Amino acid sequence: MTAVSPFRRRRGSTATAIVFGGLLVIGAALGTASSIGDDTTHRRERAAALVAELALSDVALFTEARYTRNPSLADLHTPFQDGPASLEHFPTASLTVAPRALPAGRLEAGEE
Amino acid sequence: MRAAFERRRHLLDFAVRSLARRPTKNLGLVAVYALVVFLVGSVMLYGAAIRREAAAMLASGPELTAQAMVMGRHEMSRTADVAALKGLRGVRRIEPRLWGYLWDSAGAANYTLMVPPASDTAHTLAKGEAIVGEGVARARKLAPGKMLFLVSPSGKFLKTRVKAILSPDSALVSSDLVLVEEGDFRAFFELAPDVWTDIAVTVTNPREVTTVAEKAALKLPGHRFVTRADMSRTAEALFSWREGLTLALIAGALLAFAILAFDKASGLSAEEKREIGILKAIGWESRDVIAAKLFEGGLISGLAFLLGVIGAWTHVFFFSAGLFEPVLKGWATLYPRFPLAPTLDALEMATLAMLTVLPYMAAILVPVWRTASADPDAVMR
Repeated sequence: MTAVSPFRRRRGSTATAIVFGGLLVIGAALGTASSIGDDTTHRRERAAALVAELALSDVALFTEARYTRNPSLADLHTPFQDGPASLEHFPTASLTVAPRALPAGRLEAGEE
Repeated sequence: MRAAFERRRHLLDFAVRSLARRPTKNLGLVAVYALVVFLVGSVMLYGAAIRREAAAMLASGPELTAQAMVMGRHEMSRTADVAALKGLRGVRRIEPRLWGYLWDSAGAANYTLMVPPASDTAHTLAKGEAIVGEGVARARKLAPGKMLFLVSPSGKFLKTRVKAILSPDSALVSSDLVLVEEGDFRAFFELAPDVWTDIAVTVTNPREVTTVAEKAALKLPGHRFVTRADMSRTAEALFSWREGLTLALIAGALLAFAILAFDKASGLSAEEKREIGILKAIGWESRDVIAAKLFEGGLISGLAFLLGVIGAWTHVFFFSAGLFEPVLKGWATLYPRFPLAPTLDALEMATLAMLTVLPYMAAILVPVWRTASADPDAVMR
């Protein structure tokens, strides 16, 4: 009589339960591991305190051009600062959007 | 109850056996599927985490920022402008800010030079002292006590000693900062003593911000007033836009996967059709056949989804989304290094499942249902 591996005889549903259960446990373990020693609340409080102290305005993610460093304080002309027809050339500009809430003037045409 | 459970269990056993008969094909499918979930999941987890992070930090910024505009461009504010805002009802504090950019050609980096506001006692500086952000310290290998030399575009020279380095906790907002003393700043950029970059206004009641902004705009018609809500909207739009853009780039992969799934599922192979026919011929009911096939699809989807999500989670929260870094950095040298707080959002996971699992399951159901409800003799032929 040949020895049969215990895995061979396992029913498909049991194997499924083991695999999925195992993956869920791994997922839960990773989730817990990433939150152990996680100091989010304090870290954010410290950062928020610095923002309040220095009166900071924008996120320092894209530092390469002034309108990507402080998008909320930039104006629509900055990307074309070198001339009205010059093309914007910073890569992150394709990742940022134009600021909203700019002071708006008006242009109207008509007869005198 | 028990009979129904056993029935399902046997169908599941059958589905697993059926999948195990074509291991290479099915494992390959799971791998591609998991990769798609991983890519989309990484973008979604990263986008959401960074949005939360930025929102939490910027929530304590100034409620209102006044910026002088001349010919549609930013101009310096005057001390007289600051005085004009004084005495406005509902305003708690008016803080003129001094900050500007310095392009460092040697390090190919853009610094933000800033003077700590007068009210900020935590960062008081003497002449010749500087406090630098984490990114600057990393790029120029600085430590407290070391010297930092700055040369302005017009050739002015500023020699400072690094007093401290800002905590990496706040890198997301302070990575590129160089804080210097007001006199040093004015001398370095050759600024008149009565000019300021802009004016930060703190409002007593946050609900009155719009009213205060309107009243302030009457006092300073040449100024533009940016509220904190505008600022968070800009940040929100920026991250959503970028997340959308990345998703659009991944859309190609998603589409390819959709074609693969559709092709696999809609054109059931002759072998699979024959299998369904035999099952019907030996007495299986149509709903049992459909259930067994759905179990197969569910196993593949579920396995790929779990693997993909675990991979995405590890990528974003353990490796700080390293694969995306080149895209996010652009030409910026001072890209901040910041930890992301892990949060599992049920809505995000549901969206991810909707994007990936649902189309696959839908692609399986229709052809299986059609074949299973046909005459077994016709199917097998």
